[in-house]
Amino acid sequence: MEYAHPSLNQRSWLQRRDLYDWLYALALVAGAGIALVHYHSFMDVYDDIVLIIHVPVLIAMGWYWKPFRVFLAAVAAVALLSIWLYEGDLARAEEVFFLKYLVSSQTAIMWMSALYFIATGSYWLGLAARSEFAEKLASTLVWIGTVMGTAGLFVRWFESYLMGPEIGRIPISNLYEVFVLFSLITALMYLFYEQRYNTRKMGAFVMVVISAAVAFLLWYTFTRGAHEIQPLIPALQSYWMKVHVPTNFIGYGGFALAAMLGVACLLSERGILAGRLPPVRVMEDVMYKAIAIGFAFFTIATILGALWAAEAWGTYWQWDPKETWALIVWLNYAAWLHMRLTKGLRGPILSWWAVIGLGVTTFAFIGVNMFLSGLHSYGNL
Amino acid sequence: MQRGTSKALFELLSSMRFAISLLTVLAIASIIGTVVKQNEPFNAYLNQFGPFWFPVFEELGLYSVYNAGWFLVILAFLVLSTTLCIVRQSAPMLREMRSFREHAREVSLRQFAHQATLPGGLPLDAQRQRVDAYLAANGFKARSNERSDGVLVAAKQGSASRAGYFLAHGAIVLICLGGLLDGNLPLKMQMWLGGKQTTTGNQLIADIPDSARLGENNWSYRGNLYIPEGRSSNVAVLNVNDGILLQELPFTVSLKKFHIDHYENGMPKRFASDIIVTDDATGESFERTIEVNHPFEHRGVVMYQASFDDGGSTLHIAGRNLLHGPALPVLDLQGEVGETLRLNHPRFSYALELTGFTLFNVEDMGEGTTDAGGLGRLRDHLGSGAARPDSGRDMRNIGPSFTFKLRDEAGQAREFQNYMLPIEQGGRWFMYTGMRESQAESFRYLRIPVDEDGQIDTWFAIHNLFFDPARREQLAQRFARSSFGDSAEAAEPRARLAETGRHTLDLFSDRGYETVGRFIDTTIPEAERERAADVFIKILQGLTWEAWQLAREEAGMDALQIDEARAAYLRDTMAALSDSLFYESPLFLQLNAFDQVQASVLQVTRSPGKPLVYLGSLLLVLGVFAMLYIRERRLFVLLKGDAEGLLAMSSNRQTIDVDETFERHTTALRELLAAAGTATPESSATR
Ligand code: HEM
Repeated sequence: MEYAHPSLNQRSWLQRRDLYDWLYALALVAGAGIALVHYHSFMDVYDDIVLIIHVPVLIAMGWYWKPFRVFLAAVAAVALLSIWLYEGDLARAEEVFFLKYLVSSQTAIMWMSALYFIATGSYWLGLAARSEFAEKLASTLVWIGTVMGTAGLFVRWFESYLMGPEIGRIPISNLYEVFVLFSLITALMYLFYEQRYNTRKMGAFVMVVISAAVAFLLWYTFTRGAHEIQPLIPALQSYWMKVHVPTNFIGYGGFALAAMLGVACLLSERGILAGRLPPVRVMEDVMYKAIAIGFAFFTIATILGALWAAEAWGTYWQWDPKETWALIVWLNYAAWLHMRLTKGLRGPILSWWAVIGLGVTTFAFIGVNMFLSGLHSYGNL
Repeated sequence: MQRGTSKALFELLSSMRFAISLLTVLAIASIIGTVVKQNEPFNAYLNQFGPFWFPVFEELGLYSVYNAGWFLVILAFLVLSTTLCIVRQSAPMLREMRSFREHAREVSLRQFAHQATLPGGLPLDAQRQRVDAYLAANGFKARSNERSDGVLVAAKQGSASRAGYFLAHGAIVLICLGGLLDGNLPLKMQMWLGGKQTTTGNQLIADIPDSARLGENNWSYRGNLYIPEGRSSNVAVLNVNDGILLQELPFTVSLKKFHIDHYENGMPKRFASDIIVTDDATGESFERTIEVNHPFEHRGVVMYQASFDDGGSTLHIAGRNLLHGPALPVLDLQGEVGETLRLNHPRFSYALELTGFTLFNVEDMGEGTTDAGGLGRLRDHLGSGAARPDSGRDMRNIGPSFTFKLRDEAGQAREFQNYMLPIEQGGRWFMYTGMRESQAESFRYLRIPVDEDGQIDTWFAIHNLFFDPARREQLAQRFARSSFGDSAEAAEPRARLAETGRHTLDLFSDRGYETVGRFIDTTIPEAERERAADVFIKILQGLTWEAWQLAREEAGMDALQIDEARAAYLRDTMAALSDSLFYESPLFLQLNAFDQVQASVLQVTRSPGKPLVYLGSLLLVLGVFAMLYIRERRLFVLLKGDAEGLLAMSSNRQTIDVDETFERHTTALRELLAAAGTATPESSATR
């Protein structure tokens, strides 16, 4: 035909998959299949369903964001290596060199912490010296740190079962574990935008908040022994917990990211580092995207929390301080989105708002547990 | 005029500015209830805020903010404003969703931020075909409008983004309405209109008047059902303001057994109630187990494992003398938790309120570690997530305890917590009893050392001798004799030492080490104080040892030889003697035996608004994602055959990817419309 122009022959989404996409998908399907067959007797219907749902979701993520495929493969490799080295005996963590110094859960999380710190320094060096090498190095370190941390959580999950079948549980149920989760999710979100906007210059700011979380984590480990795996108290023994917590942290991660970009925007608008940072317009765009995804997931998380509360406490909403602060956070970002989207506001007010928003979020996240009493008792410092 | 104001009001209430202000006000108002603890007994508030502020805050509803009238008014405004906003936006938005704006004029298209020229040259028909095909392939819906100077193809995608607005904002209205149904507004209505009144909690259920009872037809409530093991209940208690209401249930629940399971490290693992439900209407009975996170519904009423309590355990208690003077015999007491006993005696008069009994007390009895420094410390934290055996922590069940209050005749009460079994501390064993003046304090513990038979009898025998003024002379004499022997030559120093011993006992009986210390500070020059203190300690030790031996003698037991363990016991005994002077009770109540009865507290709810809230939540999520992630785009392609055409784009969001998308469309369409029609495939492939 005369107008058989290539732009009209949209190849379908599936046709555009390359070999690695298919290998990735195949590996996920196979992995899930093996898990289903091998561990069938340990899983209930919900576990089966959740495992199966993970397959298309992870495939979609990897296809949409290519580096995620490598990331997941690396996490799987490290975690499996660790599990293989354990040979089902927890005591080997102290005896086997690679476990003790590389891939046991605590060690992996320590590696994550160290790599994140170095990456933060490297990003700042890159910004100060306009060194592309330093920036590239930094982002490689963040990738490796994230692989180690994620694998560390998976190994921790495994270790909890080695401690005893009744102790075994997903590691997202105390303050220590969720801080690791927060660092990982925020780092992954950042890496996504770094690639999407093709600039590594925002890393210097974003990694500061992650480093702060890691610093807290280390303090918490060294002074309070918070890293020790404890079994779940009855209130937390619920499927809702497993979906509520990670969803929440996508929200927190987005808000933290946005706040750090807010700081960068504010500095840039005052001429500080202005020539070295990406244009304010770009950073504001990332800030919006981060708040949007954070808000969307925070909405889901709050609803999941309400569903859980309905089952555990008998009421979906009872103005417990944690719930109330979640609402405050949510209202705050709803107002932010209204300002930007419907009033078309831009500039320092929104940046300040995002920064203050992180303050409110942080209070909702840990302040409530520290200063206010309520039913959410898991995170007392 | 009238129309004018109502229109202005409508505009204000449905305005964005008002909405944002409301969101902010609501957020700030919500904070109050997280700072002031909600729904506590009014007494606690009176203590906290004092007599001046207490009524002010009560008037403001701060003790139950989220049920306060003014708070509900804010919520009502939110519902109103959101509703009006939907009403106001719906017509323009629906129009926007439906229309293609194919009648847009060229001049207005030229105002767009995103616009580009398109090459002319191809015949108009060919142009239209290509553009239509391109738009269709890219997921646009298009409509074209032929006009004198050419054709305007108006295309759009992502209109569902607008539907998101209706879903999300409608959902907020739904959720608020559902929440209102389940909140305590229905209850307030019944109290106003139905003449219901709260009553005080401390009376028998049978005595509670009808005015404080809500019938089975009440369609929304949340209350607690307290059932001791082996008993049953068919009324739930609703705490309202500072009183209670009773909610009658359409069934009776009896508790067969309440379970608490623990993990090996003592953490609770499972709370569960085995219950029997008997339906009032059908008379049918069936058994169920309710656990935390596993509720059970019957007749629209959902029951949850909310907490647990003592159900009236029987306690057998020995009351041991702590008074000075001639010792009282051991008192034999027995009572149920929840009961108040009278302790009447010529020398004291108290009401003993037995407030609680706990079978398991898991405490960290570890001594902490001396952490390695530097790298060693880091190495300690590598490895698995399991606790290290040398973590310095030691979670242990230290056995049963009970709590009670002693209320004197003036109504003042002190609270006590006594453990039943001795507890090990640094290799020695003690009986612990804690005391505090008010709930706000933590317990201060008196540690009574346990003797070689594992009993506290020895300590009490020593105590009774030590603090009986009539026996002091005898103790002092014994002490002096054992230092200087019976010989006549030593009569003088012996008399002096006896005198000192008596004086020391007098001092010590007042406020223990404190008075002895003060005596040293006031009478002895600074340089010699340390030595003097040593001397006093030696004297006290000697006296205590003599009291111990005397007590044994009187009980017909052999004398003892001092050794290291006994010396330690002696020191602990003295410390406890000194501390006991600050223990404000005439008796030490020792728990000897118990008969545990547990009670389960179930929360029972009926929440008709729940389906509404859940539906609203679902719509909210769908709406938020639609609004944020469905991108509305409009493309306007003005084709003029030979003359240059125009491409313009609009979007409801100003994000950077709008620019990118526009560039992509521009490049593709330019190549598509290039007169030669031979485009290079690489550069125009849309991804
Ligand atoms: C109380 C009265 C409210 C009014 C008058 C109002 C009004 C609006 C309007 C006009 C829009 C723009 C719709 C569009 O162009 O797509 C909007 C968007 C939005 N509204 Fe509201 N809203 C209200 C309450 C809320 C509340 C309580 C929330 C809670 C989260 C909320 C969340 C949102 C969100 C997230 C957007 C997304 C921005 C967008 O996609 O444009 N709104 N609102």
